[in-house]
Amino acid sequence: MNPANRHLTLAGIWLVLLAMPYWLPFVGGYTELGSRVVVMALAAMALNFLLGFTGVLSFGHAAYFGLGAYAAGMTIKYLVPSTLLGILAGVVVGTLAAMLIGALIVRLRGVYFAMVTIAFGQVFYFITFRWNAVTGGDDGLTGWQRQPIDLGFTTIDILGNDKAFYYLVLLFFALAAGAMALILRSPFGRTLLAIRENERRARFLGIPVERHIWISFTISCCFVSLAGALYALLNNFTDPRALRWDQSGNFVIMAVLGGMRSFWGPLIGAAIFVALQDYVSSHTENWMSVIGLFFVLVVLFFPRGILGIRRRKEAS
Amino acid sequence: MTLLRVENARCQFGSLVAVNDVSMIVEPGELRAVIGPNGAGKTTFFNLISGYLPPTAGRILLDNQDITAMRPHARVAQGMARTFQITEIFPELSVRDNIRIPVELAAGHRLRPFISMQDRAAVAQSADRLLEISGLTRKADRLAGELSHGDQRAAEIMMALALKPRLLLLDEPTAGMGDQETYDITQLIRKLHKDQKLSIVLIEHDMRVVFHLADRIMVLAEGAVLAEGTPKEIAANQAVQTAYLGTAA
Repeated sequence: MNPANRHLTLAGIWLVLLAMPYWLPFVGGYTELGSRVVVMALAAMALNFLLGFTGVLSFGHAAYFGLGAYAAGMTIKYLVPSTLLGILAGVVVGTLAAMLIGALIVRLRGVYFAMVTIAFGQVFYFITFRWNAVTGGDDGLTGWQRQPIDLGFTTIDILGNDKAFYYLVLLFFALAAGAMALILRSPFGRTLLAIRENERRARFLGIPVERHIWISFTISCCFVSLAGALYALLNNFTDPRALRWDQSGNFVIMAVLGGMRSFWGPLIGAAIFVALQDYVSSHTENWMSVIGLFFVLVVLFFPRGILGIRRRKEAS
Repeated sequence: MTLLRVENARCQFGSLVAVNDVSMIVEPGELRAVIGPNGAGKTTFFNLISGYLPPTAGRILLDNQDITAMRPHARVAQGMARTFQITEIFPELSVRDNIRIPVELAAGHRLRPFISMQDRAAVAQSADRLLEISGLTRKADRLAGELSHGDQRAAEIMMALALKPRLLLLDEPTAGMGDQETYDITQLIRKLHKDQKLSIVLIEHDMRVVFHLADRIMVLAEGAVLAEGTPKEIAANQAVQTAYLGTAA
Protein backbone atom coordinates (compact mmCIF):
# COMPACT_ATOMS: atom_id res chain seq x y z
CA MET A 1 0.00 0.00 0.00
CA ASN A 2 1.38 3.43 -0.80
CA PRO A 3 1.68 6.03 1.98
CA ALA A 4 -1.22 8.18 0.76
CA ASN A 5 -3.56 5.21 0.80
CA ARG A 6 -2.32 4.18 4.21
CA HIS A 7 -3.02 7.62 5.67
CA LEU A 8 -6.47 7.59 4.11
CA THR A 9 -7.25 4.16 5.59
CA LEU A 10 -5.99 5.27 8.98
CA ALA A 11 -8.09 8.43 8.90
CA GLY A 12 -11.11 6.35 7.87
CA ILE A 13 -10.66 3.91 10.76
CA TRP A 14 -10.42 6.68 13.34
CA LEU A 15 -13.36 8.58 11.85
CA VAL A 16 -15.55 5.47 12.04
CA LEU A 17 -14.46 4.83 15.63
CA LEU A 18 -14.89 8.45 16.73
CA ALA A 19 -18.37 8.69 15.28
CA MET A 20 -19.47 5.22 16.37
CA PRO A 21 -21.94 6.29 19.12
CA TYR A 22 -23.71 8.45 16.52
CA TRP A 23 -24.02 6.05 13.59
CA LEU A 24 -24.40 2.82 15.53
CA PRO A 25 -28.11 3.35 16.41
CA PHE A 26 -28.94 3.59 12.69
CA VAL A 27 -27.68 0.05 12.10
CA GLY A 28 -29.48 -1.35 15.13
CA GLY A 29 -26.66 -0.95 17.62
CA TYR A 30 -26.26 0.97 20.84
CA THR A 31 -23.37 2.77 22.53
CA GLU A 32 -22.56 -0.03 24.97
CA LEU A 33 -22.14 -2.40 22.03
CA GLY A 34 -19.66 0.05 20.54
CA SER A 35 -17.70 0.10 23.78
CA ARG A 36 -17.63 -3.69 23.75
CA VAL A 37 -16.30 -3.74 20.19
CA VAL A 38 -13.49 -1.37 21.11
CA VAL A 39 -12.56 -3.28 24.28
CA MET A 40 -12.53 -6.63 22.48
CA ALA A 41 -10.59 -5.09 19.59
CA LEU A 42 -7.97 -3.88 22.06
CA ALA A 43 -7.68 -7.37 23.53
CA ALA A 44 -7.48 -9.02 20.10
CA MET A 45 -4.91 -6.52 18.83
CA ALA A 46 -2.84 -7.04 21.97
CA LEU A 47 -2.97 -10.80 21.45
CA ASN A 48 -2.02 -10.25 17.83
CA PHE A 49 1.07 -8.32 18.89
CA LEU A 50 2.31 -11.70 20.08
CA LEU A 51 0.56 -13.96 17.55
CA GLY A 52 0.85 -12.01 14.31
CA PHE A 53 4.01 -10.01 14.91
CA THR A 54 6.14 -12.31 17.06
CA GLY A 55 4.76 -15.60 15.76
CA VAL A 56 3.90 -17.02 19.19
CA LEU A 57 0.44 -18.46 19.85
CA SER A 58 -0.94 -17.97 23.35
CA PHE A 59 -4.16 -19.72 24.24
CA GLY A 60 -4.24 -18.25 27.72
CA HIS A 61 -4.56 -14.52 27.24
CA ALA A 62 -7.92 -14.52 29.00
CA ALA A 63 -5.99 -15.07 32.24
CA TYR A 64 -4.46 -11.60 31.99
CA PHE A 65 -7.69 -10.13 30.63
CA GLY A 66 -9.47 -11.57 33.68
CA LEU A 67 -6.75 -10.52 36.11
CA GLY A 68 -7.09 -6.97 34.77
CA ALA A 69 -10.85 -7.17 35.20
CA TYR A 70 -10.74 -8.55 38.74
CA ALA A 71 -7.94 -6.25 39.88
CA ALA A 72 -9.87 -3.22 38.59
CA GLY A 73 -13.15 -4.36 40.16
CA MET A 74 -11.61 -5.36 43.47
CA THR A 75 -9.64 -2.13 43.74
CA ILE A 76 -12.81 -0.11 43.32
CA LYS A 77 -14.84 -2.39 45.56
CA TYR A 78 -12.40 -2.92 48.43
CA LEU A 79 -9.71 -0.21 48.25
CA VAL A 80 -10.44 3.11 46.54
CA PRO A 81 -13.55 4.10 44.62
CA SER A 82 -11.54 5.47 41.69
CA THR A 83 -11.97 4.38 38.09
CA LEU A 84 -8.48 5.39 37.00
CA LEU A 85 -6.78 3.69 39.95
CA GLY A 86 -8.84 0.61 39.19
CA ILE A 87 -7.57 0.58 35.60
CA LEU A 88 -4.01 1.14 36.80
CA ALA A 89 -4.31 -1.74 39.28
CA GLY A 90 -5.70 -3.98 36.54
CA VAL A 91 -2.80 -3.24 34.21
CA VAL A 92 -0.16 -3.61 36.93
CA VAL A 93 -1.50 -6.93 38.22
CA GLY A 94 -1.96 -8.41 34.75
CA THR A 95 1.46 -7.28 33.59
CA LEU A 96 3.28 -8.55 36.67
CA ALA A 97 1.59 -11.94 36.36
CA ALA A 98 2.60 -12.08 32.70
CA MET A 99 6.22 -11.20 33.50
CA LEU A 100 6.39 -14.01 36.03
CA ILE A 101 4.61 -16.68 34.02
CA GLY A 102 6.25 -15.56 30.80
CA ALA A 103 9.68 -16.09 32.31
CA LEU A 104 8.74 -19.68 33.09
CA ILE A 105 7.39 -20.60 29.68
CA VAL A 106 9.31 -18.70 26.96
CA ARG A 107 11.56 -21.66 26.29
CA LEU A 108 8.59 -23.62 24.96
CA ARG A 109 7.51 -23.42 21.35
CA GLY A 110 4.43 -23.96 19.25
CA VAL A 111 1.78 -26.24 20.62
CA TYR A 112 3.66 -26.76 23.90
CA PHE A 113 3.67 -23.04 24.55
CA ALA A 114 -0.05 -22.84 23.74
CA MET A 115 -0.86 -25.77 26.06
CA VAL A 116 1.03 -24.30 28.98
CA THR A 117 -0.63 -20.91 28.54
CA ILE A 118 -4.02 -22.68 28.71
CA ALA A 119 -2.91 -24.48 31.88
CA PHE A 120 -1.84 -21.26 33.61
CA GLY A 121 -5.05 -19.61 32.48
CA GLN A 122 -7.11 -22.36 34.07
CA VAL A 123 -5.19 -21.96 37.33
CA PHE A 124 -6.40 -18.37 37.56
CA TYR A 125 -9.87 -19.41 36.47
CA PHE A 126 -10.19 -21.88 39.32
CA ILE A 127 -8.83 -19.42 41.86
CA THR A 128 -11.53 -16.88 40.98
CA PHE A 129 -14.11 -19.65 40.73
CA ARG A 130 -13.38 -21.12 44.16
CA TRP A 131 -12.33 -18.16 46.26
CA ASN A 132 -15.92 -17.12 47.01
CA ALA A 133 -15.22 -14.78 49.89
CA VAL A 134 -13.06 -12.43 47.83
CA THR A 135 -13.98 -12.91 44.19
CA GLY A 136 -17.65 -13.75 44.54
CA GLY A 137 -16.98 -17.15 42.99
CA ASP A 138 -19.28 -18.35 40.24
CA ASP A 139 -21.67 -15.41 40.79
CA GLY A 140 -18.97 -12.96 39.82
CA LEU A 141 -17.69 -9.81 41.43
CA THR A 142 -20.67 -7.56 42.12
CA GLY A 143 -21.53 -4.65 44.36
CA TRP A 144 -19.32 -2.03 42.72
CA GLN A 145 -19.52 0.28 39.76
CA ARG A 146 -17.30 2.61 37.77
CA GLN A 147 -16.89 6.01 39.38
CA PRO A 148 -17.13 9.48 37.88
CA ILE A 149 -13.74 10.84 36.91
CA ASP A 150 -12.84 14.02 38.77
CA LEU A 151 -10.48 16.16 36.71
CA GLY A 152 -10.37 18.98 39.26
CA PHE A 153 -12.13 21.59 37.18
CA THR A 154 -14.87 19.27 36.02
CA THR A 155 -16.25 15.81 36.61
CA ILE A 156 -16.93 13.33 33.84
CA ASP A 157 -19.93 11.17 34.55
CA ILE A 158 -18.91 7.94 32.87
CA LEU A 159 -21.49 5.94 34.83
CA GLY A 160 -24.69 7.61 33.69
CA ASN A 161 -23.42 8.79 30.33
CA ASP A 162 -22.77 5.90 27.95
CA LYS A 163 -21.11 8.13 25.39
CA ALA A 164 -18.67 9.60 27.91
CA PHE A 165 -17.60 6.08 28.88
CA TYR A 166 -17.27 5.09 25.23
CA TYR A 167 -14.85 7.94 24.64
CA LEU A 168 -12.86 7.02 27.75
CA VAL A 169 -12.51 3.50 26.36
CA LEU A 170 -11.59 4.87 22.94
CA LEU A 171 -8.94 7.11 24.51
CA PHE A 172 -7.25 4.13 26.15
CA PHE A 173 -7.62 2.14 22.94
CA ALA A 174 -5.94 4.93 20.98
CA LEU A 175 -3.05 5.16 23.44
CA ALA A 176 -2.55 1.40 23.42
CA ALA A 177 -2.84 1.04 19.64
CA GLY A 178 -0.46 3.96 19.14
CA ALA A 179 2.07 2.46 21.53
CA MET A 180 1.91 -0.95 19.84
CA ALA A 181 2.24 0.55 16.36
CA LEU A 182 5.27 2.58 17.44
CA ILE A 183 6.94 -0.43 19.03
CA LEU A 184 6.36 -2.52 15.91
CA ARG A 185 8.03 0.10 13.73
CA SER A 186 11.09 0.33 15.98
CA PRO A 187 14.31 -1.69 15.88
CA PHE A 188 12.96 -3.78 18.76
CA GLY A 189 9.73 -4.38 16.83
CA ARG A 190 11.74 -5.58 13.83
CA THR A 191 13.53 -8.13 16.01
CA LEU A 192 10.08 -9.55 16.82
CA LEU A 193 9.26 -9.81 13.10
CA ALA A 194 12.63 -11.50 12.64
CA ILE A 195 11.74 -14.08 15.29
CA ARG A 196 8.36 -14.68 13.62
CA GLU A 197 9.94 -15.09 10.21
CA ASN A 198 12.84 -17.34 11.10
CA GLU A 199 13.82 -18.07 14.67
CA ARG A 200 17.09 -19.76 13.81
CA ARG A 201 18.21 -16.88 11.61
CA ALA A 202 17.21 -14.42 14.34
CA ARG A 203 19.26 -16.30 16.92
CA PHE A 204 22.31 -16.40 14.66
CA LEU A 205 22.03 -12.69 14.02
CA GLY A 206 22.59 -12.23 17.74
CA ILE A 207 19.05 -11.85 19.05
CA PRO A 208 18.50 -13.52 22.43
CA VAL A 209 15.23 -14.98 21.19
CA GLU A 210 13.77 -16.09 24.53
CA ARG A 211 14.30 -12.70 26.13
CA HIS A 212 12.64 -10.92 23.23
CA ILE A 213 9.66 -13.28 23.24
CA TRP A 214 9.35 -12.68 26.97
CA ILE A 215 9.26 -8.91 26.46
CA SER A 216 6.73 -9.28 23.65
CA PHE A 217 4.56 -11.56 25.80
CA THR A 218 4.68 -9.01 28.62
CA ILE A 219 3.76 -6.09 26.36
CA SER A 220 0.94 -8.12 24.83
CA CYS A 221 -0.45 -9.11 28.23
CA CYS A 222 -0.11 -5.54 29.52
CA PHE A 223 -2.56 -4.32 26.87
CA VAL A 224 -4.81 -7.35 27.29
CA SER A 225 -5.10 -6.60 31.01
CA LEU A 226 -5.95 -2.99 30.13
CA ALA A 227 -8.74 -4.36 27.95
CA GLY A 228 -9.84 -6.60 30.82
CA ALA A 229 -9.99 -3.68 33.25
CA LEU A 230 -12.07 -1.67 30.77
CA TYR A 231 -14.33 -4.67 30.20
CA ALA A 232 -15.06 -4.97 33.92
CA LEU A 233 -15.84 -1.25 34.08
CA LEU A 234 -18.09 -1.53 31.04
CA ASN A 235 -20.20 -4.20 32.74
CA ASN A 236 -19.75 -2.99 36.33
CA PHE A 237 -19.20 -6.67 36.89
CA THR A 238 -16.84 -9.50 36.15
CA ASP A 239 -17.03 -13.24 36.57
CA PRO A 240 -14.71 -16.23 36.17
CA ARG A 241 -15.72 -16.71 32.54
CA ALA A 242 -13.59 -13.66 31.73
CA LEU A 243 -10.48 -15.78 32.36
CA ARG A 244 -11.66 -19.14 31.10
CA TRP A 245 -9.93 -20.83 28.18
CA ASP A 246 -12.85 -20.28 25.81
CA GLN A 247 -12.44 -16.53 26.25
CA SER A 248 -8.80 -16.96 25.21
CA GLY A 249 -10.07 -18.86 22.18
CA ASN A 250 -12.41 -16.00 21.32
CA PHE A 251 -9.46 -13.60 21.19
CA VAL A 252 -7.61 -15.93 18.86
CA ILE A 253 -10.72 -16.25 16.67
CA MET A 254 -11.06 -12.46 16.46
CA ALA A 255 -7.42 -12.04 15.47
CA VAL A 256 -7.45 -14.81 12.86
CA LEU A 257 -10.87 -13.76 11.53
CA GLY A 258 -9.72 -10.23 10.83
CA GLY A 259 -6.27 -11.15 9.61
CA MET A 260 -3.37 -11.70 11.96
CA ARG A 261 -0.71 -10.36 9.64
CA SER A 262 -2.32 -6.95 9.62
CA PHE A 263 -2.28 -4.47 12.46
CA TRP A 264 -5.97 -3.53 12.17
CA GLY A 265 -7.23 -6.99 11.24
CA PRO A 266 -8.16 -7.93 14.82
CA LEU A 267 -10.28 -4.76 15.06
CA ILE A 268 -12.36 -5.97 12.10
CA GLY A 269 -12.45 -9.47 13.58
CA ALA A 270 -13.60 -8.17 16.96
CA ALA A 271 -16.29 -6.00 15.37
CA ILE A 272 -17.68 -8.95 13.41
CA PHE A 273 -17.45 -11.25 16.42
CA VAL A 274 -19.19 -8.88 18.81
CA ALA A 275 -21.86 -7.84 16.27
CA LEU A 276 -22.63 -11.46 15.37
CA GLN A 277 -22.71 -12.42 19.01
CA ASP A 278 -25.11 -9.59 19.82
CA TYR A 279 -27.38 -10.21 16.86
CA VAL A 280 -27.44 -14.00 16.77
CA SER A 281 -27.68 -14.47 20.52
CA SER A 282 -30.96 -12.55 20.51
CA HIS A 283 -32.36 -15.25 18.21
CA THR A 284 -30.75 -18.41 19.48
CA GLU A 285 -28.73 -19.61 22.43
CA ASN A 286 -26.41 -21.44 20.06
CA TRP A 287 -24.86 -18.27 18.67
CA MET A 288 -21.41 -19.80 18.94
CA SER A 289 -22.25 -22.33 16.23
CA VAL A 290 -22.97 -19.51 13.78
CA ILE A 291 -19.69 -17.77 14.64
CA GLY A 292 -17.91 -21.11 14.41
CA LEU A 293 -19.31 -21.75 10.94
CA PHE A 294 -18.38 -18.26 9.81
CA PHE A 295 -14.88 -18.74 11.22
CA VAL A 296 -14.43 -22.04 9.38
CA LEU A 297 -15.52 -20.44 6.10
CA VAL A 298 -13.13 -17.53 6.51
CA VAL A 299 -10.19 -19.78 7.39
CA LEU A 300 -10.97 -22.11 4.47
CA PHE A 301 -11.37 -19.44 1.81
CA PHE A 302 -9.36 -16.53 3.17
CA PRO A 303 -6.57 -18.07 5.26
CA ARG A 304 -5.08 -14.63 5.83
CA GLY A 305 -8.27 -13.25 7.33
CA ILE A 306 -10.64 -10.61 6.09
CA LEU A 307 -7.99 -7.92 5.67
CA GLY A 308 -5.88 -10.51 3.88
CA ILE A 309 -8.35 -10.50 0.98
CA ARG A 310 -7.56 -6.91 0.15
CA ARG A 311 -3.83 -7.50 0.27
CA ARG A 312 -4.07 -10.43 -2.09
CA LYS A 313 -5.98 -8.34 -4.59
CA GLU A 314 -3.32 -5.67 -4.40
CA ALA A 315 -0.59 -8.18 -5.08
CA SER A 316 -2.26 -9.69 -8.12
CA MET B 1 47.67 -13.51 16.64
CA THR B 2 45.23 -16.32 16.06
CA LEU B 3 41.61 -15.46 15.30
CA LEU B 4 39.95 -18.81 15.73
CA ARG B 5 41.43 -21.74 17.59
CA VAL B 6 39.56 -25.02 17.81
CA GLU B 7 41.20 -27.47 20.20
CA ASN B 8 40.31 -31.16 19.94
CA ALA B 9 36.64 -30.51 19.30
CA ARG B 10 34.56 -33.63 19.64
CA CYS B 11 30.89 -34.20 19.01
CA GLN B 12 29.27 -37.48 19.82
CA PHE B 13 25.66 -38.58 19.29
CA GLY B 14 25.35 -41.78 21.29
CA SER B 15 27.93 -44.14 19.82
CA LEU B 16 28.31 -42.08 16.63
CA VAL B 17 31.31 -39.79 16.69
CA ALA B 18 30.43 -37.06 14.19
CA VAL B 19 33.47 -34.91 14.89
CA ASN B 20 36.49 -36.70 16.32
CA ASP B 21 39.07 -34.49 18.04
CA VAL B 22 39.37 -31.91 15.28
CA SER B 23 41.71 -28.97 15.79
CA MET B 24 41.97 -25.94 13.55
CA ILE B 25 43.72 -22.61 13.64
CA VAL B 26 42.53 -19.69 11.50
CA GLU B 27 44.67 -16.58 11.22
CA PRO B 28 43.15 -13.11 10.74
CA GLY B 29 42.44 -12.37 7.09
CA GLU B 30 42.61 -16.02 6.11
CA LEU B 31 40.10 -17.77 3.88
CA ARG B 32 39.88 -21.36 5.01
CA ALA B 33 37.92 -24.04 3.21
CA VAL B 34 36.69 -27.18 4.89
CA ILE B 35 36.01 -29.99 2.46
CA GLY B 36 35.23 -33.66 2.71
CA PRO B 37 32.86 -36.33 1.41
CA ASN B 38 29.21 -36.38 2.50
CA GLY B 39 28.85 -37.32 6.15
CA ALA B 40 32.41 -36.25 6.96
CA GLY B 41 31.13 -34.03 9.78
CA LYS B 42 31.71 -30.67 8.12
CA THR B 43 28.40 -29.10 9.06
CA THR B 44 28.54 -30.56 12.56
CA PHE B 45 32.00 -29.05 12.94
CA PHE B 46 30.52 -25.71 11.84
CA ASN B 47 27.72 -26.08 14.34
CA LEU B 48 30.27 -26.54 17.12
CA ILE B 49 32.10 -23.37 16.11
CA SER B 50 28.93 -21.25 15.81
CA GLY B 51 27.34 -22.62 18.98
CA TYR B 52 24.43 -24.45 17.39
CA LEU B 53 25.61 -27.62 19.12
CA PRO B 54 27.63 -27.93 22.33
CA PRO B 55 30.83 -29.95 21.88
CA THR B 56 31.12 -33.18 23.81
CA ALA B 57 34.73 -32.27 24.51
CA GLY B 58 37.31 -29.73 23.41
CA ARG B 59 37.56 -25.97 23.41
CA ILE B 60 36.80 -23.17 20.98
CA LEU B 61 38.62 -19.85 21.31
CA LEU B 62 37.95 -16.65 19.43
CA ASP B 63 40.79 -14.16 19.79
CA ASN B 64 42.13 -16.16 22.76
CA GLN B 65 38.79 -15.91 24.53
CA ASP B 66 37.15 -19.21 25.43
CA ILE B 67 33.69 -19.19 23.84
CA THR B 68 32.96 -22.92 24.24
CA ALA B 69 30.10 -22.30 26.68
CA MET B 70 28.65 -19.26 24.92
CA ARG B 71 25.24 -19.43 23.31
CA PRO B 72 24.90 -18.50 19.62
CA HIS B 73 23.67 -14.94 20.13
CA ALA B 74 26.54 -14.23 22.51
CA ARG B 75 29.04 -15.54 19.95
CA VAL B 76 27.58 -13.10 17.45
CA ALA B 77 28.33 -10.31 19.90
CA GLN B 78 31.92 -11.57 19.97
CA GLY B 79 32.18 -11.10 16.22
CA MET B 80 31.08 -14.37 14.65
CA ALA B 81 28.45 -14.64 11.92
CA ARG B 82 27.30 -17.58 9.85
CA THR B 83 25.10 -18.65 6.97
CA PHE B 84 23.37 -22.00 6.60
CA GLN B 85 23.45 -24.78 4.07
CA ILE B 86 19.74 -24.28 3.50
CA THR B 87 19.23 -20.54 3.13
CA GLU B 88 17.86 -18.92 6.27
CA ILE B 89 16.33 -15.51 5.61
CA PHE B 90 13.14 -13.66 6.56
CA PRO B 91 10.94 -14.64 3.60
CA GLU B 92 7.97 -12.35 4.22
CA LEU B 93 9.99 -9.22 4.87
CA SER B 94 11.44 -7.03 2.14
CA VAL B 95 15.03 -7.56 1.11
CA ARG B 96 15.78 -4.15 2.60
CA ASP B 97 14.34 -5.14 5.98
CA ASN B 98 16.26 -8.41 5.87
CA ILE B 99 19.45 -6.36 5.70
CA ARG B 100 18.23 -3.58 7.98
CA ILE B 101 17.60 -5.90 10.94
CA PRO B 102 21.22 -7.10 11.29
CA VAL B 103 22.49 -3.56 10.62
CA GLU B 104 20.40 -2.32 13.55
CA LEU B 105 21.57 -5.21 15.70
CA ALA B 106 25.20 -4.44 14.93
CA ALA B 107 24.61 -0.79 15.79
CA GLY B 108 23.31 -1.82 19.22
CA HIS B 109 19.69 -0.78 18.63
CA ARG B 110 18.33 -4.21 19.55
CA LEU B 111 16.11 -3.16 22.45
CA ARG B 112 15.28 0.36 21.36
CA PRO B 113 11.54 1.04 21.19
CA PHE B 114 12.18 4.09 19.02
CA ILE B 115 14.99 5.38 16.86
CA SER B 116 16.14 8.92 16.11
CA MET B 117 16.08 10.30 12.57
CA GLN B 118 19.85 10.46 12.64
CA ASP B 119 20.30 6.81 13.62
CA ARG B 120 17.63 5.80 11.15
CA ALA B 121 19.53 7.53 8.35
CA ALA B 122 22.80 5.90 9.39
CA VAL B 123 21.15 2.48 9.36
CA ALA B 124 19.60 3.13 5.95
CA GLN B 125 22.97 4.18 4.57
CA SER B 126 24.72 1.01 5.78
CA ALA B 127 21.89 -1.12 4.43
CA ASP B 128 22.05 0.60 1.05
CA ARG B 129 25.78 0.02 0.85
CA LEU B 130 25.36 -3.69 1.58
CA LEU B 131 22.58 -3.93 -0.99
CA GLU B 132 24.89 -2.35 -3.53
CA ILE B 133 27.78 -4.73 -2.80
CA SER B 134 25.49 -7.70 -3.29
CA GLY B 135 23.86 -6.23 -6.40
CA LEU B 136 20.40 -6.41 -4.83
CA THR B 137 19.63 -2.68 -4.87
CA ARG B 138 17.02 -3.00 -7.62
CA LYS B 139 15.26 -5.81 -5.77
CA ALA B 140 15.40 -4.14 -2.34
CA ASP B 141 11.65 -3.64 -2.01
CA ARG B 142 10.65 -7.14 -3.03
CA LEU B 143 9.89 -9.82 -0.49
CA ALA B 144 13.00 -11.85 0.20
CA GLY B 145 11.05 -15.07 -0.31
CA GLU B 146 10.33 -14.09 -3.92
CA LEU B 147 14.01 -13.83 -4.90
CA SER B 148 15.85 -16.47 -6.88
CA HIS B 149 17.89 -19.00 -4.97
CA GLY B 150 21.14 -17.24 -5.84
CA ASP B 151 19.85 -13.84 -4.78
CA GLN B 152 18.56 -15.27 -1.51
CA ARG B 153 22.02 -16.69 -0.87
CA ALA B 154 23.59 -13.31 -1.58
CA ALA B 155 21.07 -11.66 0.75
CA GLU B 156 21.91 -14.14 3.50
CA ILE B 157 25.63 -13.47 3.14
CA MET B 158 24.92 -9.74 3.32
CA MET B 159 22.86 -10.27 6.48
CA ALA B 160 25.81 -12.01 8.09
CA LEU B 161 28.11 -9.28 6.82
CA ALA B 162 25.86 -6.56 8.21
CA LEU B 163 26.82 -7.80 11.68
CA LYS B 164 30.37 -6.59 10.95
CA PRO B 165 31.85 -9.94 11.95
CA ARG B 166 35.51 -10.63 12.53
CA LEU B 167 34.90 -14.17 11.37
CA LEU B 168 32.40 -15.20 8.71
CA LEU B 169 31.29 -18.83 8.50
CA LEU B 170 29.72 -19.90 5.19
CA ASP B 171 28.10 -23.32 4.99
CA GLU B 172 28.12 -24.39 1.32
CA PRO B 173 27.45 -20.94 -0.15
CA THR B 174 27.01 -22.31 -3.70
CA ALA B 175 24.89 -25.37 -2.88
CA GLY B 176 22.20 -25.97 -5.48
CA MET B 177 23.27 -23.16 -7.77
CA GLY B 178 23.75 -22.94 -11.50
CA ASP B 179 27.07 -21.99 -13.09
CA GLN B 180 26.37 -18.28 -13.39
CA GLU B 181 25.07 -18.01 -9.81
CA THR B 182 28.04 -19.98 -8.51
CA TYR B 183 30.37 -17.63 -10.34
CA ASP B 184 28.59 -14.54 -8.93
CA ILE B 185 28.71 -15.79 -5.36
CA THR B 186 32.35 -16.80 -5.74
CA GLN B 187 33.20 -13.31 -6.96
CA LEU B 188 31.26 -11.82 -4.05
CA ILE B 189 33.14 -13.92 -1.48
CA ARG B 190 36.43 -13.15 -3.18
CA LYS B 191 35.65 -9.44 -3.05
CA LEU B 192 34.82 -9.56 0.65
CA HIS B 193 37.98 -11.46 1.38
CA LYS B 194 40.31 -9.31 -0.69
CA ASP B 195 38.78 -5.85 -0.24
CA GLN B 196 37.69 -6.02 3.37
CA LYS B 197 40.35 -8.46 4.65
CA LEU B 198 37.52 -10.49 6.12
CA SER B 199 38.40 -13.80 7.73
CA ILE B 200 36.21 -16.53 6.29
CA VAL B 201 35.76 -20.23 6.94
CA LEU B 202 33.67 -21.98 4.33
CA ILE B 203 32.40 -25.44 3.67
CA GLU B 204 32.13 -26.19 -0.02
CA HIS B 205 31.43 -29.05 -2.37
CA ASP B 206 32.37 -27.32 -5.61
CA MET B 207 36.11 -27.92 -6.05
CA ARG B 208 36.48 -25.10 -8.59
CA VAL B 209 35.23 -22.68 -5.95
CA VAL B 210 37.45 -24.11 -3.24
CA PHE B 211 40.66 -24.09 -5.21
CA HIS B 212 39.86 -20.66 -6.60
CA LEU B 213 39.21 -19.04 -3.23
CA ALA B 214 40.94 -20.76 -0.36
CA ASP B 215 44.25 -19.80 1.24
CA ARG B 216 44.30 -23.10 3.09
CA ILE B 217 42.16 -26.20 2.93
CA MET B 218 41.27 -28.67 5.63
CA VAL B 219 39.98 -32.08 4.56
CA LEU B 220 37.66 -33.97 6.88
CA ALA B 221 36.81 -37.64 6.47
CA GLU B 222 34.68 -39.66 8.86
CA GLY B 223 34.84 -36.89 11.45
CA ALA B 224 38.63 -36.60 11.56
CA VAL B 225 41.23 -34.43 9.85
CA LEU B 226 42.62 -36.23 6.83
CA ALA B 227 44.89 -33.48 5.58
CA GLU B 228 45.52 -29.78 5.82
CA GLY B 229 47.50 -27.42 3.63
CA THR B 230 47.53 -25.00 0.73
CA PRO B 231 45.39 -25.83 -2.32
CA LYS B 232 48.53 -27.07 -4.10
CA GLU B 233 49.49 -29.41 -1.29
CA ILE B 234 45.96 -30.75 -1.02
CA ALA B 235 45.71 -31.34 -4.76
CA ALA B 236 48.92 -33.33 -4.61
CA ASN B 237 48.01 -35.26 -1.46
CA GLN B 238 47.66 -38.98 -2.18
CA ALA B 239 45.40 -39.76 0.78
CA VAL B 240 43.00 -37.00 -0.19
CA GLN B 241 42.86 -38.14 -3.77
CA THR B 242 41.90 -41.66 -2.89
CA ALA B 243 39.50 -40.74 -0.07
CA TYR B 244 37.80 -37.83 -1.68
CA LEU B 245 38.83 -36.35 -4.96
CA GLY B 246 39.14 -39.72 -6.60
CA THR B 247 35.60 -40.77 -5.77
CA ALA B 248 34.00 -37.39 -6.28
CA ALA B 249 35.60 -36.51 -9.61
